[in-house]
Amino acid sequence: MTTQTVSAPSKRRSIREQWNNLSRPAQWAFLIPVVVLIYFLPVLNPPLIATTGTDFPTAMFDVARYALVAIGLNVVVGQAGLLDLGYVGFFAVGAYVAALFTSPNSSLHHLPYLWTLPLAMVVTMIFGIILGTPTLRLRGDYLAIVTLGFGEIIRLVADNVDPLRGQSGFERVGTDANGTPFFANATAWYWLTVTIIIAVLLLVGNLERSRVGRAWVSIREDEDVAEIMGVPVFKFKIWAFVIGAAIGGLSGALYAGKLGFVNNQSFDVITSMLFLAAVVLGGAGNKVGVLLGAAVVAYLPLRFVQLAEYNYLIFGIALIILMIFRPQGLLGARQRLLARGRQAYQRLLGRGEQISGESALAADTTGGPR
Amino acid sequence: MTPFLAQSEPWISFDVAGLAEQFWNNTVDGLALGGIYALVALGYTLVYGVLKLINFAHSEVFVVGAFATWLTFYGLGFRSGATPVLSVFEIILFLAIACLAAMAVSGGTAVLLERVAYRPLRKRNAPRLVFLITAIGASFAIQQTLRLIFGLNQQPQIRLLQPEPLFKLFGATVTNIHVILFVAAVLLWFVADYFVNRTRLGRGIRAVAQDPDTATLMGVNKERVIVITFLVGGLLAGAAALFYMMRIPQGAIYNGGFLLGIKAFTAAVLGGIGNLRGALLGGFLLGLVENYGQSLFGGEWKDIVAFVVLIVVLMFRPTGILGESLGKARV
Repeated sequence: MTTQTVSAPSKRRSIREQWNNLSRPAQWAFLIPVVVLIYFLPVLNPPLIATTGTDFPTAMFDVARYALVAIGLNVVVGQAGLLDLGYVGFFAVGAYVAALFTSPNSSLHHLPYLWTLPLAMVVTMIFGIILGTPTLRLRGDYLAIVTLGFGEIIRLVADNVDPLRGQSGFERVGTDANGTPFFANATAWYWLTVTIIIAVLLLVGNLERSRVGRAWVSIREDEDVAEIMGVPVFKFKIWAFVIGAAIGGLSGALYAGKLGFVNNQSFDVITSMLFLAAVVLGGAGNKVGVLLGAAVVAYLPLRFVQLAEYNYLIFGIALIILMIFRPQGLLGARQRLLARGRQAYQRLLGRGEQISGESALAADTTGGPR
Repeated sequence: MTPFLAQSEPWISFDVAGLAEQFWNNTVDGLALGGIYALVALGYTLVYGVLKLINFAHSEVFVVGAFATWLTFYGLGFRSGATPVLSVFEIILFLAIACLAAMAVSGGTAVLLERVAYRPLRKRNAPRLVFLITAIGASFAIQQTLRLIFGLNQQPQIRLLQPEPLFKLFGATVTNIHVILFVAAVLLWFVADYFVNRTRLGRGIRAVAQDPDTATLMGVNKERVIVITFLVGGLLAGAAALFYMMRIPQGAIYNGGFLLGIKAFTAAVLGGIGNLRGALLGGFLLGLVENYGQSLFGGEWKDIVAFVVLIVVLMFRPTGILGESLGKARV
């Protein structure tokens, strides 16, 4: 995924710079109230943003679920630049793991629901390796089509393999031996998900700042060059795929637990496209961006129920328009690596803005006024 | 811990005897089905050859053609139910009208798609993944427009031609529909091949596929060539839609294109994407493999067979069986 952040609009950059220039305590002073506010949204039930069709805490849980998926998919698509059209497959695997180990319909040994969350992550990681090893040597469009194929295979297997119960599905997922659900109300599920999101964000943020994250960005920007410069491309692609898969599986397990019912109906390609739309809409590669994108994708249909019929149509058109006018998404990825390099270069030479910064991206700048 | 599979019978079976028994029937049916795949695959392969773009929305171009066929039949006064008694001349006339309508609508949709979605991106020199996401968006938009117009349900099936056994081939029954599909696919492929390899416009297409910049220098109008490529792909998809409606005992449905689209793409990749001959070969091969797989594993696994074939082919031979590109095709 190409990004043009070096030549990004100056206003957004200044906000980002202001944020980065703030001291740590000042950043916390801003962040903590925001997080507290996010936590208490379903309790406050603010009149203007309250949803009409679904009850508000459930809607907020849906938003949080999409946000978690978007963070996971962002690792694959935004960070490493691997276009994955079958991400819903991992989501499905996570949901089925939770269902198989907690539902009374399954003959497997029953586990407490919370145990199935890490288990779902482990199983989806294994699936990530199984699917990633043969396919990640492909690139671009071909990779996209193959992942689409894998997503469909997982769905079709869930349809046709009898122990996975096809359309009749698993009931009372996430219940304990007595049949009581893990959390009775949606607000508790929302809190659990938000907490997990914060943990995952910290984890993924650290990964991004590590060697791994730099390798991902280099692969995203130019795979051949990364390979030549000694980045073990294949290994880091698998890393991205597996980590993304684990987060998708986690989200699937949460979804299954909240809904309490899993069957083959909710894992189709459209869902996969919606996940991708959340990432692309917000701005692939930017964590805040994909959270925003996920919120838009999940929340707007629930808020404006009267628009529900036109949902996907609007989506399609919005995707086209967005790609034409803003291929990097609402908030594009920040090109931290290149920006750092440019800063270092400037410090060395005292000038040199036009040499390094612009030429480094010259190959990708898509032209057109910005 | 109770055993996972204890209570259930095996959910996948290997019915080798059934495969042997049904072999020739499957072959005949697979070739007919493969003809449809091949025609749609030609659209993928042409666009890919020229633009290096997987036109993800091509499946929707096909579906629009299916609806156009249905509307034409409906407009001609046919309704679902019993097949009307028609003379051979009338059947040919009505099918030709439906074919022209479907081709026109599909071709128009493909050209419109190029204008609205892809041309602005080309002007901006967008990276290839952006094209793919735009294609997905366009696919959504067309699909949902059809849903809003025609609703969620399938249109009732209208049949002008009932399948009638014509002759036996190695014990397999060959129906008139089988023959029509196979002959039409090969014929249309010949026309497409002749167009690309023998005509002036076709030379332009091959030139742009090989090297757009040099072709422009040599006086080829690149934009025009691209529009024509989309148009030809759309026309073929429209024809394929008519044949599909003749074969499948169901009506048109708004999301019916996805599966067929991905299979046609598989066929294109199988034969070598960007290669016209490959599209034909891949279409027939996929039709055969899918039908054999259906016999061997059972009907519900036939879609999986197609996807597995796609993945295996891409893993071991990303350029397909005839891995030669449109630009380097023999003159």
